[in-house]
Amino acid sequence: MSMLLETEALTVHFGGILANSDISISVNKGEILGLIGPNGAGKSTLFNLVAGTYRPTSGRIRFEGRDITPLPPAARCKLGIARTFQVVKSFETMSVLENVVVGALVRFTNTKAAREEAHRVLDVTGLSRRAEADARELTPPEKRRLEVARALATQPKLLLLDEVLTGLTPAEAQKGVELVRKIRDLGVTVVMVEHVMEVVMPLVDRAIVLDLGRVLVEGAPQAIVRDPKVIQAYLGDRFHA
Amino acid sequence: MATAFEIRRRNQLIIAAVVVAIMIALPLGIKDVYVQNILVLTVMYAALSQSWNILSGYCGQISLGHALYFGIGAYASTLLFVKFGVIPWFGMAAGGIIAAAIALIVGWPCFRLGGHYFTIATIVLAEIGLILFLNWDYSGAASGLQIPVSGDSWLTFTFLRSKLPYYYFALGLAAVVWLVTFFIEDSKWGYYWRAVRENTIAAQSLGVQVFRSKMAAAAVSAFFTAVGGSFYAQFVSYIDPDSVMVFQFSLLMALPAVLGGIGTLWGPALGAAVLIPLTELTRSYMGGGGKGIDLIFYGAVIMIIALARPEGLLSLVSRTRHAPP
Repeated sequence: MSMLLETEALTVHFGGILANSDISISVNKGEILGLIGPNGAGKSTLFNLVAGTYRPTSGRIRFEGRDITPLPPAARCKLGIARTFQVVKSFETMSVLENVVVGALVRFTNTKAAREEAHRVLDVTGLSRRAEADARELTPPEKRRLEVARALATQPKLLLLDEVLTGLTPAEAQKGVELVRKIRDLGVTVVMVEHVMEVVMPLVDRAIVLDLGRVLVEGAPQAIVRDPKVIQAYLGDRFHA
Repeated sequence: MATAFEIRRRNQLIIAAVVVAIMIALPLGIKDVYVQNILVLTVMYAALSQSWNILSGYCGQISLGHALYFGIGAYASTLLFVKFGVIPWFGMAAGGIIAAAIALIVGWPCFRLGGHYFTIATIVLAEIGLILFLNWDYSGAASGLQIPVSGDSWLTFTFLRSKLPYYYFALGLAAVVWLVTFFIEDSKWGYYWRAVRENTIAAQSLGVQVFRSKMAAAAVSAFFTAVGGSFYAQFVSYIDPDSVMVFQFSLLMALPAVLGGIGTLWGPALGAAVLIPLTELTRSYMGGGGKGIDLIFYGAVIMIIALARPEGLLSLVSRTRHAPP
């Protein structure tokens, strides 16, 4: 398996707080990687470092072998890294279709072609019926889908999903899981941040557990849920496997 | 087969053609110079507000300093005409280009400011422009410049006998800016500008170059505002800083778009059609007493519209656009 993304000793401080410390991970082409850990573990920070929203204090990020550490988010998007936001950031007064067209315009200069691409992506994400609605009229689960659709329209090689399954009903979450699988089957590598273990574990090929800003363990999901270090991080010292 | 989107676009063009046809015919029976004057101003503010709408409505960067570009347009064409004998048609183009360049220069630092800070910066810059022109001897300083009017001529764009040529030019300008907006709406910039307005961080993550998008919007907006300024200078044939660069113009460019529907194709025109005749009529019928009753009435109307229709008058008709199937 070839490597798509690699971080080298990523470290970031916010004032006196060490949010990420010496994080070296890699993402393989075609996999679904889960980034998990308790609240405050540094998942979102790592996510934002990869997306380009934050700059690391030290360390490097490589995408397809290329050093992208100094690149801003827009340039990373152009290279093939797309993301969603945990707190959805829809373009509220634009229609669902227009929201997705914005993403597609990174690959198509012609708006007609971008619109066709947007329609295709809405099909994949199950939002076609709502194409003409304003984004602000969507239900919260639909808005999550729109986040994914918009990111997908940029035709990413790497899709970063920030808690897209959190806070959904079990039925909605199940649909979300199916969508993520579908996206991977389209050839997109997926990294997803979640803290609800039971939702992500059956879905991911591999998981990395963060705790207190460091990589705690890394491996197959079945092994991770039984790892004493993970149980301790989630549940505290009194519980042991 | 035409998609729903294409049909909607085509309908917009048909409506625009009908509106322009009506506006062409409208003044033909009107001989009253006072009414003609109101018509000229209404169409001119429709054009100006449409220009303002490009930066502030579509791209969301609220400017209250567009009087700067308006004044630059007025001064550029007038100075070229008075000092060098350059006909105003070239002067207009020159004014537009100079204003666009200045918009880019001031945009460089100002677009790093967000939200209200940007707006405050635009007000300050326009005030600086006003003070500079008040003290610049070459441009006549506070006493201004007089455009020589020899007679009716399309070449020098001066007319004594009738206001109709001015009206038709302003109508043409409004139509051009409308068309530019119409085509931008369905272009990469149109989508990017609205994305920047709605959520800058999300826009960046989708590959939108935010700074460049704002700069492009500012340049287009300033260009047409300055052309409007050149036109106004020809129309009134005398300019001084207090008559072309004061804050009031910045407001009068913003208000029609805000009242009609900010960030929409028809908002500025609709807003101007309501607001400008109202301004002029209240001034002539109520302003005589010198007590400012006209301004009270005028302010009250704006407040009522703002309270009842915060999204603008256009929302009265277009709310059905995205009705679910």
